[in-house]
Amino acid sequence: MAKLTIPSEELMVGGHVACPGCGAALAMRLLLKGLGPKAVMVIPACCWAVIPGAMPGTCLKVSTVFSSFESTAAMASGIKAGLRRTGRGDVPVVGFAGDGGTADIGIQALSGAAERNEDFLYVCYDNEAYMNTGIQRSGSTPEYSWTTTTPRGLEKRTSKKDMPMILDAHRIPYVATANPSFPEDFVAKAKKAASLKGTRYLHILADCPTGWKHDPSQMVEVGRLATMSHLFPLYEIEEGRLRITWAPSNPVPVEKYLRAQGRFKDLTAEQIEEIQAEVKARWEGLKAREAREKKAVEKEAAPPEVSAAPTPHPAAPVSETVYVKPSPPLHFP
Amino acid sequence: MTVTLHNRRLTGPMAWTSTADTSTAGSWRNQRPRLIPEKCTGCNVCWKFCPEPAITIVGKKVDFELDVCKGCGVCAEVCAPEAIEMVPEESA
Repeated sequence: MAKLTIPSEELMVGGHVACPGCGAALAMRLLLKGLGPKAVMVIPACCWAVIPGAMPGTCLKVSTVFSSFESTAAMASGIKAGLRRTGRGDVPVVGFAGDGGTADIGIQALSGAAERNEDFLYVCYDNEAYMNTGIQRSGSTPEYSWTTTTPRGLEKRTSKKDMPMILDAHRIPYVATANPSFPEDFVAKAKKAASLKGTRYLHILADCPTGWKHDPSQMVEVGRLATMSHLFPLYEIEEGRLRITWAPSNPVPVEKYLRAQGRFKDLTAEQIEEIQAEVKARWEGLKAREAREKKAVEKEAAPPEVSAAPTPHPAAPVSETVYVKPSPPLHFP
Repeated sequence: MTVTLHNRRLTGPMAWTSTADTSTAGSWRNQRPRLIPEKCTGCNVCWKFCPEPAITIVGKKVDFELDVCKGCGVCAEVCAPEAIEMVPEESA
């Protein structure tokens, strides 16, 4: 048996009601491997409010609280405060919301909690539309994507909301992107996020075969193509310093990713070129930021430069003072 | 129902992890995975990517829990030595 690269402990059991080949189900499974059995999940209305199953049964082995759509971050803050007050401050609290509950409806609660630097991990699994209610367009839907509210001919004309960078602008301790098609990277980021204090944010690209209109068996492959084409780069921002955790040396054209899905079936060659140009510009921006911050770190670490030129006003010579050790007090018996 | 959680006793209506025993999600399936044992190298990649999870690996033997497997075919797709094939439910 080959050596396992991710923890073998399963904190999720089968028999849930996710669609076949659900990326969000795989994301939850990998996330719990990184967090451990003590975590408390706060789940708003999203696919994952349905997936655990009907009331007496659940597929999760961790405590779960279901919140209203807009208050995931507020509820997580409250649960953490309650745990801290009762002496259980080491229990990790995790908000697990979809892209609608993060980018559209829950953004005010999340932004407020991030500003107060509440101690919890917020995970957004981004399947790029309201998949649970029937594939409606959200703020996280990419440009030219088909959904039931942006049908053929009326495709979305604005680009996707860049949530990780919005959260990075709040100056929180940890922001990262992760992709379930790269499980080792995913689990490492979940572990790192769980070990830190303050508001942490994890953005996950969760494939949805039902809404993205491709065969369920292609779930891992489509997710992989998203990172291989630099469309969904894997990076982490720790204390404001960006680091690209993994990137392909020669990316595949973004057309390969788009053509694998039915929701981009009607794209013209010009539209694909436009998307490719935007992906390239974003990737160059990330690379430039990483290089700039790396340089700044090196500059801080290096010793200050000694200038060879003589100083115009030399300091007065310091008189040498000799330290005389005081003699021990006389001892009278 | 009373359970102990984080050293506190809790009483009241609550859910427990029972979907693996009570769910009928396996009946959604229209194709099922089948292992070709001579091709399997025991690399665990199918287990790593199963979204259910419906795959357990004991030694070099891959075991599919067909009560909960929905037949998505991800395991067959990610298997590099092609040791898993999807067969239609009618002929299985």
